[in-house]
Amino acid sequence: MVDLLFILVKIVVVFVALLLSVAYLTWLERKVLGHMQSRLGPHRVGINGLLQPIADGIKLFFKEDVIVTAADKVVYHLAPFIIVSTALLTIAVIPFGDAIKIFGHNILLRIADVNIGLLYIFALSSLGVYGIVLAGWSSNNKYALMGGLRSAAQMVSYELPLGLSTIGVLMQAESLSLSKIVQAQAAQGWFFLPQFIGFLIFFICAVAECNRTPFDLPEAEGELVAGFHIEYSSMKFALFFMAEYASVILMSALIVTLFFGGWLGPSFISCPAWCGPIWFGVKVFIFSFIFIWLRATFPRFRYDQLMKFGWKVLFPLSIINIAVTAVVMMR
Amino acid sequence: MLKEYAQILILMIIVFGFAGVTLLLSSLLGQKKKSDTKLMPYECGIDPVGTARQRFSIKFYITTMIFILFDIEALFLYPWAVIYRRLGVFGLVEMGVFILLLLVGFIYVWKKGAFEWD
Repeated sequence: MVDLLFILVKIVVVFVALLLSVAYLTWLERKVLGHMQSRLGPHRVGINGLLQPIADGIKLFFKEDVIVTAADKVVYHLAPFIIVSTALLTIAVIPFGDAIKIFGHNILLRIADVNIGLLYIFALSSLGVYGIVLAGWSSNNKYALMGGLRSAAQMVSYELPLGLSTIGVLMQAESLSLSKIVQAQAAQGWFFLPQFIGFLIFFICAVAECNRTPFDLPEAEGELVAGFHIEYSSMKFALFFMAEYASVILMSALIVTLFFGGWLGPSFISCPAWCGPIWFGVKVFIFSFIFIWLRATFPRFRYDQLMKFGWKVLFPLSIINIAVTAVVMMR
Repeated sequence: MLKEYAQILILMIIVFGFAGVTLLLSSLLGQKKKSDTKLMPYECGIDPVGTARQRFSIKFYITTMIFILFDIEALFLYPWAVIYRRLGVFGLVEMGVFILLLLVGFIYVWKKGAFEWD
């Protein structure tokens, strides 16, 4: 009974923490982009604009919920539901620390440690494509349809190298469980050194999977207005937004787990088990920051360049990476 | 193992509940002032021409179809990768042949111009 209580508390804490980090990632993005463009960013609501995400949330709840007459009502409501659920559910298998003791209870710092962790994440991120396509189609808007189609083609094209670039890590870690992958890195050293090409491919594909600049063609403001979520208003729009920022955090968490030792700190600093979540948080923050930094730095790709890059560069490169890893490991 | 999946199920209930309640609240709260113009699909202020349920470029179809083919082949790599150390040279040769076959298909698709978007 007490165990069940601990599990429930843990799940709720993780879920709320994820929602809060999503909210504050929007604040961070506006602030960082502002300063990179010699502006201040939000600074009126609270100290340094720290209450801005909460104010935005309340505002969005009280905005008018416009549903286009020509839209397919069921699918129209289903799309944001699918996209936000698949994005938020990914947190379930990500380990953010080793076991710690609270009141004499051994608590594993992860929601679930399934032995197919990585496949679970890929399955969910594939389901996320449905949300985007359905949103684009059901709005009955030409821009939305274009955005949805582009996004689907882009996401499936980059999902292939995304999946293949992790094969090298799996070969070295000999497990699909994310916590076992981290434990393997404790023994063999962090995987970003032997798998540097794999890491680069994974990072580029992660940016593309999140539909972030320079791969943000699905919502290209200049030509498609807002892409697949053009007809969504109020909290429905906010759900799409939350899904995007949640996937930025979760992709950063996945990069950290697979290539940068997850909850492990640098080996020359010895620290008790409760340091794990801190190291993990710092590393995830660094990668989320790089996602924002990319947005401030790079112009958008052209669509034909995007597809060519995915299929003709990243896909062969990830195959070569697997082959090289296999041959090197044989010796 | 079943306990782990039960925990995912609990999270799933929380997430579905959160998304459902958010959708419900946003349709309950907020003002409702409908007008014909507001309920029209947005096309930069001009009345929409025709329907949006139009035919689209065959390129999207081809890309997703190729994706399915290669993604299924990629799926075979996961179990192989996990036990690669135990398979040894046998694993290397077997997968080498498999990837070679995959690459022949890939080169064929490339030469056919499936990745050109001009």
